[in-house]
Amino acid sequence: MLGRLGLDSLPFYSAIAFGGASITVLGGLAVFLLVTYFGKWRYFWDEWLTSLDHKRIGIMYIALAMVMLVRGFVDALMMRSQQAISLNNDGYLAPEHFDQVFSSHGTIMIFFMAMPFLTGLINIVVPQQLGARDVAFPFMNSISLWLTAAGAALVMVSLVIGKFSTAGWTGYPPYSGAEYSPGVGVDYWIWALLVSGVGSTMTGINFVVTIIKCRAPKMRLMQMPLFTWTTLCTSLLMAFAFPALTVVAAMLGLDRILGFHFFTNDSGGNMMNYANLIWIWGHPEVYILILPAFGVFSEVVATFSQKRLFGYKSLVYATAAITILSFSVWLHHFFTMGSSPNVNAVFGIATMIIAVPTGVKIFDWVFTMYKGRIIFHPAMLFTIGFLITFVLGGVSGVLLAIPPADFLMHNSTFLVAHFHNVLIPGAVFGYFAGFQYWFPKATGFKLDRAWGVRSFWFWIIGFYLAFMPLYALGFMGMSRRMERYDVAEWQPYLIVAAVGALSVLIGIFCQGMQLYVSIRDREKNRDLTGDPYNGRTLEWQTSSPPAEYNFAKIPDVQDIDAFWDMKQRGVAYAPSQNYEDIHLPRNTGIGVFLGGLGFLIGFAVTWYIWWLVALGFLGVLACLITRGSQDHTYEIIPAAEIEAHEKARIKALEAHKPAPGDFWS
Amino acid sequence: MKHFISKPFITGITLLGLLLVLAGCGLQTSPVADPKGPIALIERDLLYTAFFIMLIVVIPVYFMVFWFIWRYRAKGGSGEYKPDWHKSTIIEVFVWSIPAAIIITLGYLVWTYSYKLDPYKKIATPENTINVQVVAQDWKWLFIYPELGIASVNELAFPVDKAVSLQLTSDTVMNSFLIPALGGQIYAMAGMTSELNLQANEIGRFRGRNTQYSGDGFAMQFFDAVAMTPDEFDAWVANAKSQTRPLSTVTYDQLAQPTIGHDVEYFSWVKPGLFAEILKKYARRPETTLRRHAPVTTQPACEGDTPC
Repeated sequence: MLGRLGLDSLPFYSAIAFGGASITVLGGLAVFLLVTYFGKWRYFWDEWLTSLDHKRIGIMYIALAMVMLVRGFVDALMMRSQQAISLNNDGYLAPEHFDQVFSSHGTIMIFFMAMPFLTGLINIVVPQQLGARDVAFPFMNSISLWLTAAGAALVMVSLVIGKFSTAGWTGYPPYSGAEYSPGVGVDYWIWALLVSGVGSTMTGINFVVTIIKCRAPKMRLMQMPLFTWTTLCTSLLMAFAFPALTVVAAMLGLDRILGFHFFTNDSGGNMMNYANLIWIWGHPEVYILILPAFGVFSEVVATFSQKRLFGYKSLVYATAAITILSFSVWLHHFFTMGSSPNVNAVFGIATMIIAVPTGVKIFDWVFTMYKGRIIFHPAMLFTIGFLITFVLGGVSGVLLAIPPADFLMHNSTFLVAHFHNVLIPGAVFGYFAGFQYWFPKATGFKLDRAWGVRSFWFWIIGFYLAFMPLYALGFMGMSRRMERYDVAEWQPYLIVAAVGALSVLIGIFCQGMQLYVSIRDREKNRDLTGDPYNGRTLEWQTSSPPAEYNFAKIPDVQDIDAFWDMKQRGVAYAPSQNYEDIHLPRNTGIGVFLGGLGFLIGFAVTWYIWWLVALGFLGVLACLITRGSQDHTYEIIPAAEIEAHEKARIKALEAHKPAPGDFWS
Repeated sequence: MKHFISKPFITGITLLGLLLVLAGCGLQTSPVADPKGPIALIERDLLYTAFFIMLIVVIPVYFMVFWFIWRYRAKGGSGEYKPDWHKSTIIEVFVWSIPAAIIITLGYLVWTYSYKLDPYKKIATPENTINVQVVAQDWKWLFIYPELGIASVNELAFPVDKAVSLQLTSDTVMNSFLIPALGGQIYAMAGMTSELNLQANEIGRFRGRNTQYSGDGFAMQFFDAVAMTPDEFDAWVANAKSQTRPLSTVTYDQLAQPTIGHDVEYFSWVKPGLFAEILKKYARRPETTLRRHAPVTTQPACEGDTPC
C-alpha cells in the first residue's frame, strides 16, 4: 500500500538528521499556525496563491528563493564547519550524511534558489520594461511557479521522510544508479528536477513569446532594455536546454525503476552518455543563471551612474554571442574522460572564446561609470563587488579551459572555488542587486539602506575568505567532497574558509534585518512617485506597486531608455484621455493544484506507491479538462475605473513629482 | 558602532593573516606548485603562463574600476559629468580586440599543448617504460604489473626517470585518477580502459587519489606513488614476489569487496589476463576501448589460475 515507505523512513537514526527534520516540520507548522491565527488563509488564497498577476507570481518566486537560500546556506555552513575540524577525525558528519549535504546544497542553490530568484525578477520587471500588461501566457506562468515550488517541496520533504541523494548535484551514474544507490535519495533528486524542470521549460517559452509578441507596439528589438535582452537570451536557453535535463533525468529514472540500461556499468549501458547529456543542459544552465544578472548589472550601473549605458549594441551582441556559444562547450566538464586531443582542444578553445564577449561586457560596464555620477546604493555596491570579483572567476575559468591545466585541477577545490567565484558574484550578487533595485517597484516602499550596505560588506568579505583558500587548496591537492582528510597543511585554509562562511551568515542576517526594518518603517519609506531613482526604463513609469494592469495607456517608445527619453521630452506623466477597458486574466487555483499533483506524483514514484501515481496523473488530467472547459478566464476592468485610478495617481504625483536633480546626490 | 566592532575585527583579521602566513609554506611546497615530474611541470607552467597573459586585461580592469568609482562618485567626485556619452568607436575596438588577441594566443597554447600533453601519448621508448594496469575498486586502487606478474594495492612503485604507462579501468563506479605532483588526470570507468602516461624525475613518495566522489570511503581512497632508484625498485619487486598471497580470481573477488582506508598490500603473483577479465565482467559485447588505437597489452605466456 505504501510502497517502500515505512516507519524506518523517519529520521530517528541520527541526531543531526532529526534536528533538520524537526526544524523543517516546526517551521512549516509555525507558518501554518501564524496564517491561521491571523485568519489570512482566504487573503493568501485569493490574492496570492491563485494570482495570475506576473508581479505577484514574481514576488512568490523570490520568497521561495529566499527560503531555499537559507536552507542551502545551512548546508554550506555544515560542510565548512565539518571540514574545518575533521583533520584525522570523523568530525560531526558521517560520510553518508556529508554527501547528502553537498548534494542538497548544489541542487537547492541551482534549482531552487538561483532559478526561482531570477525567474522572480524577470516576472516582476520584464513585462513592465516592455510596456506590456502581462506575460503572454499568464496561466502557464502560474503552473511554472507551482511546479518549481513542488520540486523544492520534494527536496525539503526528503529531510523529514527518507534521505536525499548522495550523488552530488549532477548525479553521475553509475554511482547514482540502482546498484550503487539503492535508496530513495536519487529518486527524490530525479523527481525534484523533473517536476521543476517542466516549470522552467514553460517559463522559457513564456518569456520568449512575451518578449517577441507583447512589446509596446513601437519598441524595436534594439530598443529593449538590457535586462529584457538578457531575459530573452536566458529564456531561449531555458526552452532549449531544459528538455535535455528532463530527458536525462527521466532516463536515469528508467534505469533505476524499470531496470533499463542507459547508464549502467553492464549490459551495454554507458555513463559517458549521461555526462554528455547532463552537461548539454548543464553548461547553458550556467548562462541561464548568469545572463539575467548581467542584465541587472546593466540597468543598475546606468541608473546609479546617472548616465546612459555605454556600448548598448556591444552588450546586446555579446549577450547573443554568449547564448549561442554556451551550447558549444559542454565537454569541458569532462576533459579527463579520455577524449582525443583534438576534441579536447576544440572544446577548450570554444570555452575560451566565451571570455571575449564576457570581457567586452565588463569593459562596457566600467565605461558606463566613466564620466558618470556614481551613487553607492546597495544595488550599485553589489555591482561593483561583482565587477572586481567576477574577473577572478573568469581568469580561473579560462585556466580550467586549458585541457592540460584542467588535468591538474579537475575535481579539486580549485574547481569549487572557480564556480563559486563565477556564480556568487556573477549570479547571486546580480539577484541581490536586482532585489535592492526593484524592491520599491514591487512593494511600494524602499529598502533600508544601512542594512543593505552592511549585508554587502559581510557578503563580499565572507566570499573572499571562504573561496580564496579553496583556490590554494586546489594547488595542495585537495579534492572536492571530502568529509575528512589527513593533511595537516590543509587545515588553516579550511578554518579561514569556515570563518568566511560565518561572515556570509552575518551578511544573510543583515538581509533579514533589512527586510524587517524596511517593513516596520514602510510608511516612512513609501515610494510615492513610482520612480525613486530617476530611472531610465519603462518599469519606472508605473506606480509603485504598479496597478494590476501596469500601464493604463501603452507607452509610446521612441528611444532605448524610453522612460528617460519621455521625461526629457516632458511627456512622461502627461495625462491621457480616452481610456479603454482592459482585459486581465482571472485568478485560478488550477496552477496550485497542478503543482500539488506534481509533488504527489514525484513523492509517490520515489516511494513506489503506484496507485497514488495513477491517481496523480488522473488529477492532472482532470485539472487540464477543467481549465480547458472554462469560458470566463478573463475579467474586464472598465475604462471608468481606470480613469478614476489614473487621475488620482496623477494628482498624487503633482505633490511628489521628482524635480530634476532631486535625488540622493 | 565603529569603535565597538573595530577592535575584535582587527584582532580577527590579524589572526587570520597569521594563519595564512603559517599555511603559506604549505602552498609553496604544494604538489601542483612544486611538481616532481616533467608532465606536471609543463602543465603547471602552462597554468602560470596563461594566468600572466590574462593579467593584461585584469590589471586595467581593476585600475579602472577603482579609479572611476573614486573620480566619478556623486558626493565629492572631481570628474566631469557627461550623462549622454555612450559610445566611442576607439574604445569599442579596444575592448573587443584585446580580449580577442589574448584568447587567440591562449587558443594557440591550448591547441599545441593538448597534443603535447595528451595523457595517452607515450613519453619514452618501450624499454624505458614500465606498464601498469590500474583497477579502481571501492575504495582503493589495485596496481597490476603485467610484465613482472605482481600486483600491489594502494602503492604504485616505479623507478625514477622511467616512464610509467598506466592502463586504467574501474571495477565499481567511475573513479578519477590523479597524482597532483606528477600531473595528468583520467577517469577510470567499468568495462572500458583509459590511459595515462607519467614520469617522476625525483625520488619520493607522492600522494595520489580518486577525485570523483564514489561513496562512503571516498575521502580515504588515496595511495602513494613511490619513485625509487632502480635498485630500490628491484628490492620492492623482490619483496612483492616473496609474499605468500597470489592474486587469483578468488583472492581478487575478496579484494574487490568494499573497504575503507585499505592498507598497502602486495601480491606475489597475478593471474594472467585478470585485467581483461575485469573488463569483460561489464561487457557482453566486445571490449571497448576509449580510443581505437589503444594498444593491447601483451600477457605473460602461462595460463590457468595457479602460479607457474
